[in-house]
Amino acid sequence: MLIPHPLLGLRDAQEFTYLGDASLLNRPDGMAPDAAQAFYQYQYLRDNPAGVHRELWFHEQGDRSWLIVTRDTTTHEILAAELAKEAAR
Amino acid sequence: MSTVRFSALKVVAEALTGHKGWGPLWRNPDPQPDYDYIIIGGGGHGLATAYYLSNTFRQARIAVLERGWLGQGNIGRNTTIIRSNYLLPGNEPFYEFSMKLWENMEQAFNFNAMVSQRGIINLIHTDGQRDAYRRRGNAMLLAGADAELLSREQVRELCPFLNFDNARFPIKGALTQRRAGTARHDGVAWGYARGADQKGVDLIQNCEVTGLRIENGRVLGVDTSRGYIGAKKVGVAVAGNSSRVMAMAGMRLPIESHVLQAFVSEGLKPVIPGVITFGAGHFYVSQSDKGGLVFGGDIDGYNSYAQRGNLPVFEDVAEGGMALMPMIGRARLLRSWGGIMDMSMDGTPIIDRTPVAGLYLNAGWCYGGFKATPASGYAFAHLLATDTPHETARFLRLDRFERGLVIDEKGVGATPNLH
Repeated sequence: MLIPHPLLGLRDAQEFTYLGDASLLNRPDGMAPDAAQAFYQYQYLRDNPAGVHRELWFHEQGDRSWLIVTRDTTTHEILAAELAKEAAR
Repeated sequence: MSTVRFSALKVVAEALTGHKGWGPLWRNPDPQPDYDYIIIGGGGHGLATAYYLSNTFRQARIAVLERGWLGQGNIGRNTTIIRSNYLLPGNEPFYEFSMKLWENMEQAFNFNAMVSQRGIINLIHTDGQRDAYRRRGNAMLLAGADAELLSREQVRELCPFLNFDNARFPIKGALTQRRAGTARHDGVAWGYARGADQKGVDLIQNCEVTGLRIENGRVLGVDTSRGYIGAKKVGVAVAGNSSRVMAMAGMRLPIESHVLQAFVSEGLKPVIPGVITFGAGHFYVSQSDKGGLVFGGDIDGYNSYAQRGNLPVFEDVAEGGMALMPMIGRARLLRSWGGIMDMSMDGTPIIDRTPVAGLYLNAGWCYGGFKATPASGYAFAHLLATDTPHETARFLRLDRFERGLVIDEKGVGATPNLH
């Protein structure tokens, strides 16, 4: 798989490490009254879709940026890649 | 319903009469309007569940619904290894129970599953690893399994072809389980299917479940590509696709689907005595009865429902093989394939009830589902028939993540791509 890095162009997916669903960016509020339940769902439960999936990849052997890659899990086709810090704004 | 009983006498008799008396192994029935039990998934675990439900727990009116053909999924896409060399008390008794079922299954269902207890060798490269394997071996002995620590010389006697003096991972010894081995993957599925069919279980193929009908928190039946089928209890055993099926019940699971690749070489004369695992190099290998070297390594490490992987892991596995046994470089690769693994968040499976009454889940087998096939089927049948967990499966709970009771065999936490 080749990941179209927004700054560096097409890079081999081997340069990256994979974290998982991009929903991991939305960390729950630890001070909220339902924090235990929210963190259980955040930590353990996944949508795990067959099809389009937004996911976090870390360019460990490159510029060490976090990307949100949109990829089809049934074909491995990569549809988009953006910098996570811009998406998180 | 097949009534043929396999025996040496039958083989001789058929050989003399032109092989006209074999017949199909199971019926191909149309679905009834309703059943007592529906098992979704006609793979190894689903068929084993139906077999034990009908044979051991004497339940009737059972159907297995399979989207494609029987044994289409991971039961036909694994590396056929059976073993019970786990560490944790939530796991090891379950896998040892499975090992004992493997040892008797062929007589029980009168089908040749080619179970071959040729042993497994887990290689040791450091003092720390030896300590860890010694602890694991003791845990295995406590659960009634067999385990033995081998010296470097004992390993050399068994496998003289290994690279003992690799600069990075010199071989210092091994943990072995002599009762471990391999089995014929398809034969297991066929044996369970035939054994279930003989007790009247309807094995319904080309029947995709498209919805779960749930009212007032209780499951009533399933919508399928062949119409609605009612059921008192529904068991889901669709590893790889568990998240998709349970989403029909509005549930999210502690599971990610990942692809695992496996490889087989051209047929060779017998060279590998059993199963060899090179954990430090992410490589394991055995030799099939046909002679092919069957080997694999890690999952690719990203969510996938495609039954194929990518080249980097392919190269990684090949490098591991070359580091461990340089002679493998002379073998030509015949084929490779990928299967979809239910990677659970702690690396341990789930056999449990769900919040929906009458709906049961068997999932999260990671890359270790094949060896568990008999115990998984037995324990799931036990749960379906009696509504209580089998004693060896009582820790495999769905709510263990919420309650902080994870069974983390590798000790790496909620990171399915690391298990």
